[in-house]
Amino acid sequence: MSDDRIGVRKTYKLAIGGAFPRSESGRTYVVRAADGGFLANAARASRKDVRDAVVAARKAQVGWAAATAYNRGQVVYRIAEMLEDRRAQFVEAVEAGEGVDARAAGALVDAAVDRLVWYAGWADKVAQVAGSSNPVAGPYFNFSLPEPTGVVGIAAPQESSLLGLVSVVAPAIVTGNATVVVASELRPLPGVTLAEVLATSDLPGGVVNLLTGSLVEVGPVLAAHRDVDALDLCGVPAELVTELEQLAAGSVKRVLRPPAAALDWRERPTPHRMLAFVETKTVWHPVGV
Amino acid sequence: MNWEYAPAPESRAIVDLQPSYGLFIDGEFVDPGDGSAFKTVNPATEEVLAEVAAAGPADVDRAVEAARRAQHETWGPMSGAERAKYLFRVARILQERSRELAVLESLDNGKPIRESRDIDVPLSAAYFFYYAGWADKLEYAGFGPSPQPIGVAGQIIPWNFPLLMAAWKLAPALAAGNTSVLKPAETTPLTALVLAEIFQEAGLPPGVVNVVTGAGATGAALVAHPGVAKIAFTGSTDVGKGIQRELAGTGKRLTLELGGKGANIVFEDAPLDQAIEGIVNGIYFNQGHVCCAGSRLLVQESIAELVVEKLKARLQTLRLGDPLDKNTDIGAINSPVQLEKITELAAAGVAEGAERWTSPCALPEHGFWFPPTIFTDVSPSHRIAREEIFGPVLSVLTFRTPEEAVMKANNTPYGLSAGIWTEKGSRILWMAQQLRAGVVWANTFNRFDPTSPFGGYRESGFGREGGRHGLEAYLDV
Repeated sequence: MSDDRIGVRKTYKLAIGGAFPRSESGRTYVVRAADGGFLANAARASRKDVRDAVVAARKAQVGWAAATAYNRGQVVYRIAEMLEDRRAQFVEAVEAGEGVDARAAGALVDAAVDRLVWYAGWADKVAQVAGSSNPVAGPYFNFSLPEPTGVVGIAAPQESSLLGLVSVVAPAIVTGNATVVVASELRPLPGVTLAEVLATSDLPGGVVNLLTGSLVEVGPVLAAHRDVDALDLCGVPAELVTELEQLAAGSVKRVLRPPAAALDWRERPTPHRMLAFVETKTVWHPVGV
Repeated sequence: MNWEYAPAPESRAIVDLQPSYGLFIDGEFVDPGDGSAFKTVNPATEEVLAEVAAAGPADVDRAVEAARRAQHETWGPMSGAERAKYLFRVARILQERSRELAVLESLDNGKPIRESRDIDVPLSAAYFFYYAGWADKLEYAGFGPSPQPIGVAGQIIPWNFPLLMAAWKLAPALAAGNTSVLKPAETTPLTALVLAEIFQEAGLPPGVVNVVTGAGATGAALVAHPGVAKIAFTGSTDVGKGIQRELAGTGKRLTLELGGKGANIVFEDAPLDQAIEGIVNGIYFNQGHVCCAGSRLLVQESIAELVVEKLKARLQTLRLGDPLDKNTDIGAINSPVQLEKITELAAAGVAEGAERWTSPCALPEHGFWFPPTIFTDVSPSHRIAREEIFGPVLSVLTFRTPEEAVMKANNTPYGLSAGIWTEKGSRILWMAQQLRAGVVWANTFNRFDPTSPFGGYRESGFGREGGRHGLEAYLDV
C-alpha cells in the first residue's frame, strides 16, 4: 500500500441510548488539537438532544439498577478490558487532545483502565460499607442500604479528557445510576471514542449517554430537567455554577459541586463520588412469633 | 356502646410559664437587639401562653458570631470524650425534666399528652444519648480517619415535633464538633427555650447552642448569614427549594427534610386488625402533622370495602379534645393557618368528586380542630392524592396487582416514607426494593429510633438524620 493513501476520517457523533446519532440540530463545531491543528468536527448537542438523552437514561436505569451487583461489577470490569485492548488508539487521542507526549498520554490511559478496575470491585462492596443493620430500641429488624439515586447529569472535567471522564462516570454507574454526560467542550474526542467502547462492552445502552457541545447551552437544560435526579458539576466553569445550582433546586436535585482546587486525577480516589449518588433506604419489620 | 370517659387531665402546674422569653445567645437569655416580639398560643384554647422575642438580622448576627467563637475556641478544640459527657448530661436532664417538657409541648403544639409523653420527649433524650456516644468515636464512623466538623450550623426546625426536631438537629451536630444557631418554628418556640435552660444546667459552654426565635424572616437571615457553614432545614418542600436556590454558589452545605405523600399499601393477605391500627397510626398520629405520614392508603381492591368499613368503625373510637387529657387520641391543629390549609384541601377533595367521610365527633368550642376524615373514590389526579395535606385526612385509592401498587405509590415527586402490609415475606422484600422512599415500614408504621437513618428520596429532600448516616450531614466529607 502506498504511503500517500487518503485516510478515512471518523465522524464523531453523540451517544444516546446505545446509538450514535448526529445532533438533531444538525450542528457541529470544530475540535482542535492542543497545537491548534484541526482534529475533527464534533456534534454540537441541542436541548432536544439533552431531553432525548434523559429519556434514554431513565429507560435504562431501572434495568441497570436491577442487575446484580456482581453483574454490574463484571460489566464495569469489561469496560476496563476493552479500554486496555484499544490502548494505542486512546493514547493517540489523548496525546493530540491534551498536548502531552506519548509517554504521559500512555500513563493517563493506564490510569483510566486502573480506575475502572478499582470501581468495578466496589460494585458488590458498597452496600456493605455504606449500609447497616440498626439496633433500634424495640422488637424490629431494621436495616439501611444504599440505592442508586437514578439519573445523574454529569459535566465531565474540561482538562482531563479521558481519565477525568472515566473518574466521574465510573463511580456514578457502578452503583446502578444511569448518566447523561457532557464531555469536555474543547477535548471531547476521547470521550466519544470511549462511548464506542462502552457500546461494545456489555453496558446496557442508555446507561451512559454522551453529549458533546457547549456546556453553557446544554448545562442549564440538564440542570432544570425534572427527570434528572442529581448533578455532578465537576467540569462546570465557576461562572456557571450558581445558575446550575439554582436550576437544580427546582426539583431538589442532589448536587456534587466542582472541586475547590484543580484535581490531579491520577491520585487514588475515595468512595466519595459513589456515595454522592446513592440514597439510603431504611426498612423496618417487626420481630415476633 | 358508651365510650364516655371521665376526664383525666395531666396537671399543667409542673410548667413554670414566664410571661415573656428572650433569645438564647452566647449562653444567656437576652432581649432582642432589633427588638420585636410575638405571641405563642395554645392551639387547643387560643389562650396566649407567652410572648417570645423575634430575632432580627442583628440578633442572628450576634448568635452566629457567638457560635463561631465557641466553635473555634471551646467546642471544636475540645476532645470528643468531653463533648460526649456534655451530651450525656443533656440526655439525662431531658429525662429528668421529661414531664415538664411533655406538658409544655402539648400546651404549645396541641398534640396529645400521650404522644408528647411517650414519644416526643423520650425520643429526644434518646437522640442525645445515642449521638453523645459517637462524639469520641467519629474516626470509626466510616467518613475517613480524621473527620472534621463543618463549623456553624444554622438549623431551622418545624412545629410538628418541636423538641424532637431540635434533638434530631442538635445532637449529631454537636457530637461532630459543630456549634449551632437553632431557629424553632414561630408557633412552637417554648420547648426549645426550655432546652436552652437545660444546656445552661448542663454547663454547656456559652455559644455552642444559640436559639433565635422568630418567623420566616429570622430563618431567612440565618440562611443568608455568611458565617454559617451549613444549613439543615426541616419543613415544606417549597421553602426547602427556596433555601437550596438561595445557597446556590455559596459553597454552604445543605441537608433538607421536606414534605411527603407516603403510600401505605395494604394487600389482601395482610393481618387486617394490625393493618387498621397501622393505617390509623400512619395518618392520625400527631393530627397528621407528620412529613412521613401514610396519607395515601393503597388498598387491594378485593378488601377495599372491608378495610374502609373497619377504619370508620375504629376512627369513631378515637377521642378528640383536650391535649392534656391522657385519654385523648387526636389533639388540636397547630395553627389557624394550618387549619385553613387542611380545610381548603378537603373542600377540593369534595369538589373534585371524591367521597368524604368525617368521624362524627364533637369539636371543642375554642381552639383549632379538624375531625378525622377519609376520602374514598380518590383518583391519582386529585389534589388530595398529590398534595401534602399535613392534617388528619386520609385518601384511599385501590389497586389490583403488586405492580400497580408500586406504580401508584411511586407516582409522586415526593419519596419520604411508605408502608407495606402483607404476610408474605418475599413480597415485602420485593416491594421494599421497588418503592422509591427513604423509609419503608413493613407491617408497622411511623417508627422512629436514633439508630435508624431517616430522610427522603427525590423532592422529599436529601441527607439523613439518625444513625451512623446522620453524622455525615455534620462532617466535612
